Amino acid sequence: MEYFPFVVVAWILAVGLHGIVTSRDLIHTIICLVVVQSSTYVLLLGVGYVTGGVAPYFYDISARTKAVDPVVQALSLTDIVVEAAVTALLLSFAVQAHKRFGTLDPHKLVEFRG
Amino acid sequence: MPSLPVVLPLIAAAVLLAARPLARYRRVLDLVAAGTSAAVAVLLGILIFRTDHASTYWFAGFRPAHGIAVGIAFTVGPLNAGLACVGAILMTAAMVFSWRYFTGVGTYFHVLMLTFLAGLCGFCLTGDVFDLFVWFELMGVSAYALTAYRPEERGPIQGALNFAITNSVGAYLSLTGIALIYGRTGALNMAQIGAWVSRHPPSGLVVIAFVLVIAGLLVKSAIVPFHFWLADAHAVAPTPLCVLFSGVMVELGLYGIARMYWSVFGPGLGHRAAIGRVFLVLGVLTAVVGALYCFRERHVKRLLAFSTISHAGVFLAGFALLSPLGLAGAALYVAGHAFVKAALFLGAGIVLHRLRSVNETWLHGRGRKLPVTGALFTAAALGLADLPPFGTFLGKGWIDDAAGSPAVTIILLACTIVAAGSVLRVAGGVFYGLGDPPREDERMAAEANEETGETDSARQRTPLTMSVPLALLVAAGLATGIAAMVPRAGDALLSAAAQFQAQPQARPADVTVSSVVTGLVSAAGAVGVGLAGLYWRRIPVLRGRYEPGARGTGLADRFQSGVINDYITWVIAGLACLGGVLAAIIRLRGLAPGSRRPWHASDISCRRRSTTRRP
Repeated sequence: MEYFPFVVVAWILAVGLHGIVTSRDLIHTIICLVVVQSSTYVLLLGVGYVTGGVAPYFYDISARTKAVDPVVQALSLTDIVVEAAVTALLLSFAVQAHKRFGTLDPHKLVEFRG
Repeated sequence: MPSLPVVLPLIAAAVLLAARPLARYRRVLDLVAAGTSAAVAVLLGILIFRTDHASTYWFAGFRPAHGIAVGIAFTVGPLNAGLACVGAILMTAAMVFSWRYFTGVGTYFHVLMLTFLAGLCGFCLTGDVFDLFVWFELMGVSAYALTAYRPEERGPIQGALNFAITNSVGAYLSLTGIALIYGRTGALNMAQIGAWVSRHPPSGLVVIAFVLVIAGLLVKSAIVPFHFWLADAHAVAPTPLCVLFSGVMVELGLYGIARMYWSVFGPGLGHRAAIGRVFLVLGVLTAVVGALYCFRERHVKRLLAFSTISHAGVFLAGFALLSPLGLAGAALYVAGHAFVKAALFLGAGIVLHRLRSVNETWLHGRGRKLPVTGALFTAAALGLADLPPFGTFLGKGWIDDAAGSPAVTIILLACTIVAAGSVLRVAGGVFYGLGDPPREDERMAAEANEETGETDSARQRTPLTMSVPLALLVAAGLATGIAAMVPRAGDALLSAAAQFQAQPQARPADVTVSSVVTGLVSAAGAVGVGLAGLYWRRIPVLRGRYEPGARGTGLADRFQSGVINDYITWVIAGLACLGGVLAAIIRLRGLAPGSRRPWHASDISCRRRSTTRRP
């Protein structure tokens, strides 16, 4: 069992969450959210990795050849699509936030509290 | 057939988007969207009655071989089809309501609403953990965009940002859990993972995966301390959307937790009583916090949002009892609550449309010219207070029966009284002019008209497309309770709950005297709290210490700060606590001998699941 990829995942996740919590700029917050999500790509690919495995295209190789897990690659692709949609939407909110509040500091983007 | 509730709205959305020139004919858009939602509701209604027990539908016929599922499945049972059906009914009501509601509306509103509906149905019906994440995000992205439907105002931007970031973090935590469990079991199908987990002793990894998976669902269902985003988002979203947010989206998160527990992790984790108690504590805490914030709020939509948080706690408590009766009670309570809460939001929408404000203080007595809306709003508020025969009273009664603990009953009763009492205070003050007239000041007048951009308010009377859905929703709330009182329907719901939990059905569902009495006490108490809130200056205990609508100071504002950084900190802290407690229960206490045996009797193995497929 190779633990290194999982340590990397935990590190990326922690760094991203730390970034969101301490952020003073909305763009920075959104990029940190992307970092959090990146940890899931590494995790998915790490989970499906097979030592010595080839890319899972069984077109010109025997179906018994050792290959990495194709399912996690499909999952990562889906994950990337989700990320693109969420990030684009959030960045457009950031543009609007700057127009309405005149700042991108999350501590000042407050209309309602309590 | 089971795939149609997802496919139909997606096709309709694609057609509307492709036919952009049609956007000039607004009624075409409205008709297509409302018609599609109604069709989906009918389809799901048929599915509820066609499936007396869970049936599995494999997409493209990729059925599992030797217990290994490669294809993607929809598992349709009465409970999840029922929840999706409630969602589709609310969507239809919301689309009819918005017929004359918005000042200007483009294609995007309808397209996003239909995408939201597709995500909602997919989330309910899927039998695959990764798809659960995908539907969660599809629903989420449509909801984020719809929340910021009026980006020219400040409130919606704050709400949408906090909503989107908190829910996305939750979703990614869930995905991390899904990836971990896939790495361990090699399966994404819920039944297959469940079978694997129940055959192996619970390892640390399974516990971590469980906590991570439910983290995202706890955020969605606004359980303390993951709940902060909800009030920000619900207060500012367009009113037709609030109907769906409060009526089903929060409940979907809870459904996801129940599904993850019963179909995937529960059988293997063991320690049912202890895990149930953890959820019970979370539920009661949420109910209390929601009720207190609800009482001090003066912004009507935000007040309703806090009441939703309080009720989400009650639902979680019902589920946490881990018995078929508790789950059946929670399911009935969810349905009853969905209809009356949707009615309350539509009432608030009519007030906003006609009177151009949702500020309770400013509206005091100004709602007297809306007698029909006022009567329906009051009726729905009484339904929220568990007045028999609204569906809520019987659901609550079953939860109380299942809990069998006077302490839980009394705390949940008190929370309902305070939350529903606050809503009744709004009804009495706004529509009947009860209570002492508020002191008007400049700040209040400025706050009062902050939401006028949403709706066209030049009309002198309420359009029928607004009042009829409101009346029908109140009637649906009543009908849920009356239908569930029929012994056969009650038993069917109970056996559906037992089947969802793969447990034998223990006792019949009755309408007990105590549940009727509790419902009446609850309604009377709520009226009392409402009147106390209105006539607070005449009550010696409250005079001087209590100022309704006092904001900007105090401890409560520091928690609900509106700053996204704080919300994420709470998510991380809550996750750490929950994970620590569950890990301590499962790992340190060890496996109690025989604790897992009952599960094998009703083991949900993949092979058995695959043979239950129906054409």
